[in-house]
Amino acid sequence: MSDVMTRPIPAPAVNIESKPFWDAAAEGRFLIKRCTACGKAHWYPRTICPLCGSDATVWEESPGEGEIYSFSILRRAPTGPYALAYVTLDEGPAVLTNIVDATPDEVRIGMRVKVRFQETEGEGPPAPVFAPTR
Amino acid sequence: MTIKGKAYVMGAFEHPTRDAPDKTTAQLHAESAKGALADAGLTFADVDGYFCAGDAPGFGGLSMVDYMGLKNVRHLDSTETGGSSYILHVGHAAQAIAAGKCSVALITLAGRPRNGGNRPGASMKPGPGGLSDGAPEAGFEAIYGGSTHNTYGMCAMRHMHEYGTTSEQLAWIKVAASHHAQWNEHAFLKNVVTVEEVVNSRMISDPLHLLDCCVVTDGGGALVVTSPEVAKSLNRPKVRVLGAGEAPKGQMGGAGLDLTYSGAVWSGPRAFEEAGVTPADIKYASIYDSFTITVLMQLEDLGFCKKGEGGRFVADGNLISGVGKLPFNTDGGGLCNNHPTNRGGITKVIEAVRQLRGEAHPKVQVQNCDLAIAHGTGGSLGIRHGSATVILEREA
Repeated sequence: MSDVMTRPIPAPAVNIESKPFWDAAAEGRFLIKRCTACGKAHWYPRTICPLCGSDATVWEESPGEGEIYSFSILRRAPTGPYALAYVTLDEGPAVLTNIVDATPDEVRIGMRVKVRFQETEGEGPPAPVFAPTR
Repeated sequence: MTIKGKAYVMGAFEHPTRDAPDKTTAQLHAESAKGALADAGLTFADVDGYFCAGDAPGFGGLSMVDYMGLKNVRHLDSTETGGSSYILHVGHAAQAIAAGKCSVALITLAGRPRNGGNRPGASMKPGPGGLSDGAPEAGFEAIYGGSTHNTYGMCAMRHMHEYGTTSEQLAWIKVAASHHAQWNEHAFLKNVVTVEEVVNSRMISDPLHLLDCCVVTDGGGALVVTSPEVAKSLNRPKVRVLGAGEAPKGQMGGAGLDLTYSGAVWSGPRAFEEAGVTPADIKYASIYDSFTITVLMQLEDLGFCKKGEGGRFVADGNLISGVGKLPFNTDGGGLCNNHPTNRGGITKVIEAVRQLRGEAHPKVQVQNCDLAIAHGTGGSLGIRHGSATVILEREA
């Protein structure tokens, strides 16, 4: 039996465009951006919709549920193995993230996961990571 | 050829802000782009050429292409000459348009020196209020420990999932490279390896093993490209450029993300069309091999086999010179020979030139090698990258 994976996460670079996301993260809320012109959600969040070019984008709270699109486990990291992954949210867009609270052997493409927030190093806001729904 | 009368400036927009505490540099680029395109009566979807300089945040033009969701870019130029860059870009854009490389070129500049970002390439260091203004994707990507190994690993994992590609098939790519490298006196790794040795080497980042990864080497390279007149005056075999194609690929808002193909699906056909040849005509292929999966995906995307059949295509020595149907990377490639400063593009062209000149090592020289391809992917297949393809011919 191997241990569940954890990984220290550095403080994210927060800019004026992403600040609402990180402010919400500090409250444990996961936001995505949706465009009211084309109706589609996108990731990472931008002021201008990368799918249609409209600036009519709005923040939307998401339950942060989805499934693993792909992943790779870096085996010899100084703090132990960790999983980099894309998670396809139920709203549509794919999110780059870490999979936590899972052993290296159990992570699978298609696995259902849900967002949680992990404290980051230094003074930064917590960052979204995903864990299997059990 | 001259650019005289070959191109028109049809959109122009000066952003009204003079103090932008409430916007990012990427946003100012995009808002300026929207303004100029609206002025011309065009949209982001019409843009097929993108030009930016050092003030564009992120990686070359790739971050801004992805931020703006430019889906149809077939010409990218991030030449940096300071404040004159954008005047130079007009000239470059006209050249590209005159050559048929793009038809709608977008040139952008933006920055926020009044708000802490006073250097080109917008600073990653937090400014006022603890806010940074670097690559727009940084906060959402850089914190997760993405390296080349695990981002390419995700591509391989998904390719295996969708198409049943195996580690043994990927290993054949390294095996073929090692067969070539044994004859290269300068190769970093000269030992011939087996499929078993590759799949039994230690796991670096699933499903990529140590021997699925390229070497890390110091070094360099250079190329000289001349006019036909100069070429004629020089006492060297003539390698003629027949065609070229380029294409960025990013996550494009995460909608319909597909890690099983690369920008080669666009850059390849553009190069083949310009050259007037097909993959079946190619005698030798230099294919960027940062990892074994890089080669497999690009061979599929360039049309050497169907999508999903790359595993079977590379197996059983099909890439070994004198053995298989498509000799590749006969210098040993990045997997065995050289990957100077972690950028393998130039060595791909250099070995293609050797093959076309008939100056490759006799043990790996392809007979009657008159047509070659050199193709590469820069950045990361799994995050965002730029694909580039050139087709070269030996002129009799």
